[in-house]
Amino acid sequence: MEPYKKHESIAALMDRSNVDTDQIIPKQFLKKVERSGFGVHLFHDWRFNDDGSDNAEFELNKPAFKGAKILVAGDNFGCGSSREHAPWAIADYGFNTIISTSYADIFYNNCFKNGILAIKVNKDQLDELMAEISANEGVRFVIDLENQQVITPAGNGFSFEIDPFRKGNLLSGLDDIGLTLKHEAKITEYEQQHKQDYPWLWA
Amino acid sequence: MQIKAILGDNIIQRIVNYAFERPYNSPYDSYKARMSALEYAMKKTMYEKIWDSHLVVDAAGQAPLLYVDRHLMHEVTSPQAFEGLRLSGRKVRNPHSILATMDHCVPTKNRDQPIADPIARKQIETMAENCLENGLNLYDMKNPNNGVIHVVVPEHGFVHPGMVVVCGDSHTATHGAFGALAFGIGTSEVEHVMATQTLPQQKSKTMQVVVNGVLSKYASAKDIALAITGKIGTAGGTGHVIEYTGEAIRELSMEGRMTLCNMAIEAGARAGLVAPDEKTYEYLKGREFAPSAQHWDQALTYWKSLPSDDGAVFDTTVTLDASDIAPQVSWGTSPEQVVGVDGLVPAPESFTDEIKRKACEGALAYMGLTANTKITDIAIDLVFIGSCTNGRIEDFRIAAEVAKGTKVAEGVTAIAVPGSYHVKQQAEDEGLDKIFIDAGWEWRDPGCSMCLAMNGDELTKGQRSASTSNRNFEGRQGKGGRTHLVSPAMAAAAASAGHFVDIRKL
Repeated sequence: MEPYKKHESIAALMDRSNVDTDQIIPKQFLKKVERSGFGVHLFHDWRFNDDGSDNAEFELNKPAFKGAKILVAGDNFGCGSSREHAPWAIADYGFNTIISTSYADIFYNNCFKNGILAIKVNKDQLDELMAEISANEGVRFVIDLENQQVITPAGNGFSFEIDPFRKGNLLSGLDDIGLTLKHEAKITEYEQQHKQDYPWLWA
Repeated sequence: MQIKAILGDNIIQRIVNYAFERPYNSPYDSYKARMSALEYAMKKTMYEKIWDSHLVVDAAGQAPLLYVDRHLMHEVTSPQAFEGLRLSGRKVRNPHSILATMDHCVPTKNRDQPIADPIARKQIETMAENCLENGLNLYDMKNPNNGVIHVVVPEHGFVHPGMVVVCGDSHTATHGAFGALAFGIGTSEVEHVMATQTLPQQKSKTMQVVVNGVLSKYASAKDIALAITGKIGTAGGTGHVIEYTGEAIRELSMEGRMTLCNMAIEAGARAGLVAPDEKTYEYLKGREFAPSAQHWDQALTYWKSLPSDDGAVFDTTVTLDASDIAPQVSWGTSPEQVVGVDGLVPAPESFTDEIKRKACEGALAYMGLTANTKITDIAIDLVFIGSCTNGRIEDFRIAAEVAKGTKVAEGVTAIAVPGSYHVKQQAEDEGLDKIFIDAGWEWRDPGCSMCLAMNGDELTKGQRSASTSNRNFEGRQGKGGRTHLVSPAMAAAAASAGHFVDIRKL
């Protein structure tokens, strides 16, 4: 995983709530056995017309949002299925940051496993960010994870909360499994006790 | 230090919160408060008991590490995890903790022929290779045990009360019906569990959903699940584990409890739980992976210690009365957009919340519905009974009871997809298949089928379904398809009428 660095990027606006993972990556694209190449299918059913051409009505197709790394979206983003194809598609498309008031739990976890910073803000902050993008499409925000800051040209910036463990892993790009395996001895010890306490699980 | 070691950080923190930080008039008052605080702190919810007993590491500066007893798998969310293991040279730590099936992409007819879709076929073949290479127990497409993972697993007694169970599938919540902490994970986490048998987890909050009273005839677990989602919303349970309690829950069969817990995720909760009781033990006894006679009593003693203690405190409590729950029908594109069958499609103006009003407008446009239409006036094109929500024997029994002697309405397609080959066999032994076929239904082989339409069973643009599945998102059952979530009895009634009907009036 790439370490997450401070960056200044275009923020794209998706003013919709309850965006579900079926929209982020529709099920017809879940059959692949690879982890890569999902970006071209991101938001497929909204993004493309029936004939395969770009749907001009869809917000991410606006020229001003081209190259955006930050996605600003409505409440409860990523609800529904556990498919990690959703953050794979988001990351592969080019986003590394999402800003919303809330996320579905599984999706939220999945983001951090894939180098995506999912920032939680309050309703007022979200409204301000959305208004700033609407007024000036193509506006660039600065995301500073180290100092937990969102900085905007209009001064709607603020600091955000994040679990220190998730923050550390994003900043270092560390592999979770390697981290856990440092506790190998404890896991083995737990398993020995587990076998004694719950023998029917091991029979 | 010793007290800390015995009680653990959580309990110490609670005592501090509850008692020590309050002002007291006298040392005796303070002493009394500390004693009652201790008593209070020792009471645990079922979730906390399972959590505490599965903590492997709880160190400062990192997420607590939780031990995983059972790991369930299907073809869609696992291939990249196996690939990751291979690339890093890691092995599956505990192969016997895994049970795998093929369900999402499998055809529900002409199973003897190769899968037509080459990408789906590759995924199925990859699953078989991965399981073979790692020595995992796989119920492949042709195996008589095959079916939808969340239907197959309970059939074999693979999940017991008190376990931690994961699967790369959000409907893993199903297994909370047994009093197991069961939740969906992403593919990176699938790899993590395979390699380490643990998962870094943040502790959830607890929500108690109390369902008092008695369900009316033809109202079911599905209707309770939809009514709860309607009441608290799809983000209502975010960050929480739900425990369902109350008279109506006790009355549910194990199948009903599975339906209910299955849809905990639709209310935003990662897991739902029902305390184990005699029904649970009776269901498990004698199944392939249930504790053997040698260990049964020991297991039973443990299971009986699991229910939440009287007086244990939940972060949130929601109460419903089962007798108020009419058969539910979803009208929109989110499972919270639901109403009783005797109701109307709502008007956007009826929502004071701006986000909900906007969502209603969008949903009505997508669904091709007009505000204030009677639910019973909505005509349907297709009926689907099946899925990990409603693909069990009880579901086909009640649907067959309703379908018996009827004919599928003209222009309507009705398909019945058993959740597993065992469900299919049981239904055929009871003659249910004949009832469906005589009424004009298609009787299929098991799989996820039209729940998420990955296998070719899908709606075409503009088609409208009455579906016993769990999600009515845009395009879920096919691009442009319109899904109404209902119970099996409601689906069967709609098949013969060609529109929704209030089954209570049949």
